[in-house]
Amino acid sequence: MVGELNSSQILTIIEGIGKSKEKLLLILLAIQNASGKNSVEEEWAKIVASELNLPLSKVYDVLTFYAMFSTEPRGKYVIEICKSTPCYINKSDAIAKIFEEQLGIKVGETTKDQQFTLLYTACVGACDIGPVAKIGEDVYGDLTQTKIIDIIRKYQGALSCQK
Amino acid sequence: MSKIVRLISKNCNNITPESVEEYVHAGGFEGLKKAFTQDPTEIIAEIKTAKLLGRGGAAYPAGAKWEHLLHIPEFPKYIVCNADEGEPGTFKDKLLLSQDPLGVIEGMIIAGYVFNSNDGYIYIRGEYAAIQRSFQKAIDHAIESGYLGNNILGTKFDFHIHIVTGAGAYVCGENSALLNSIEGKAGRPRIKPPHLAEVGLFSMPTLVNNVESFANIPLIVQMGGEKYLSYGTKDSGGTKLVCLSGHVAKRGVYEIPFGVTLRDIIYDPQIGGGIANNKKLKFFHLGGQSGPCGIPEQLDTPYCYKALRSVGLSVGSGAVVVVDESVCIIDYLKGVTEFFIHESCGKCTPCREGNWQMYKILRKFQEGVAVQEDFHVMKRLTDTMTNASFCGLGQSAAVALTSCLKYFRDEFEAHIQKQCPADHCFIGRERGE
Repeated sequence: MVGELNSSQILTIIEGIGKSKEKLLLILLAIQNASGKNSVEEEWAKIVASELNLPLSKVYDVLTFYAMFSTEPRGKYVIEICKSTPCYINKSDAIAKIFEEQLGIKVGETTKDQQFTLLYTACVGACDIGPVAKIGEDVYGDLTQTKIIDIIRKYQGALSCQK
Repeated sequence: MSKIVRLISKNCNNITPESVEEYVHAGGFEGLKKAFTQDPTEIIAEIKTAKLLGRGGAAYPAGAKWEHLLHIPEFPKYIVCNADEGEPGTFKDKLLLSQDPLGVIEGMIIAGYVFNSNDGYIYIRGEYAAIQRSFQKAIDHAIESGYLGNNILGTKFDFHIHIVTGAGAYVCGENSALLNSIEGKAGRPRIKPPHLAEVGLFSMPTLVNNVESFANIPLIVQMGGEKYLSYGTKDSGGTKLVCLSGHVAKRGVYEIPFGVTLRDIIYDPQIGGGIANNKKLKFFHLGGQSGPCGIPEQLDTPYCYKALRSVGLSVGSGAVVVVDESVCIIDYLKGVTEFFIHESCGKCTPCREGNWQMYKILRKFQEGVAVQEDFHVMKRLTDTMTNASFCGLGQSAAVALTSCLKYFRDEFEAHIQKQCPADHCFIGRERGE
């Protein structure tokens, strides 16, 4: 398990990418990816703001503007089901339902063990294999109930290996 | 006339994408070498002759855009490639970025040479994180082989390409919003004028073109504008990558010469292969969520900017979402509107509130509580959004709805009578909200 990020780790990430205002998105994405809970906490945002010499409000503006960021903790794996029309007309709502049943949560929620968050997303550019779900960088297409069960098992397996 | 061609997609799935050696072997960098022997004005003249219209969706003539920037005396100038492909139903830039990155890079270097610019930025959407890494590899290899970086091919011309990541915001596909995002800010659009050619990235003169537009540049330079134009029609030069999705048998990206018909694109066995599962075509949605919908009666329209425009359709990004008879038009438009609610940046009222009100009216139709007056309200709303929105997002958000009101008025009327011709509404079925 990835532990809580501490301020020296945040500083290392910032140093690694470069202390420039233009790198703000990249820095915040890197922090979010390293957080283990797919989010950027206020404390971390404060460090970024002071290192880049930006007002915190500016960092908050960016964090809340872009859909990929979250200021609330999310699951280790964020499952994003595309609901744009090319996927929707290929029954992405039924796919969402299967994920909901399998994970025991509704879209927008996180499992009790903090492992999975289920969300809708806009088009991820994989309309040729819709309906799709994106988990981290991986996109899974032509989803069916069997495929979804396999996918969830795969991620659960990855989790139990880490424990 | 062949219905598919391999011009800008010729390397896709044929060579190792990041290999400079294989790219050169396939004829790569010939455009750049030729460009170095030409005067910038000559290159721009070829692009004008080629009638290359912006491939991102706005169809702005690339030659005119380049000419405008050439005459601006301030330096440094910046070259920006818009790879924030977020238009639903569009996945053609992904093909070029992942399968032929060096073609895009070559186009950007030629632009750098034309404008005597030393820095190019490519803004790749955050959802394509893996592509950002493979694209970086292609950049590194190009530098190692002397095609990029300092003193390119011994010409003393320096050009560097920097990758910038998006973080999930459709509005950043709008060029001025994209520049704000590169600067590390929230991607809200800027007021224009000033034009981006005058006040662009870091307030300097800037060229912004789409991935596919840049990929076309080396070809135009290499074969000449005249030859390039001849692939398409006399007003729409060259070829277009179209993205087929939805209820079509063979979904995917196809390169077609302008001038083939919509019927060819959807039904030709080499291209779409017809409607999946032997269903009937109901409509097709062109150019992304911000584009208009067309009906089967329009299938014989040639796919080119002018002919499509003459029947109220458009090329847009190249998306062709094919929809069969099982889909309810109200339900579909509700999906489109939900997308715009989610993606509106909130800066201007017509877009932020207009989409939301539109959604509420569509829900009234779906719940069988709409009244005749709602048609007037929708008309007023769409007019306001189209004319008073701050940027292209809001201005085009009602395009699909307007086209559907024209062709599917009966279906709207039926919903007032609590009837859904597609048997989707009023049967207590649960749908994803």
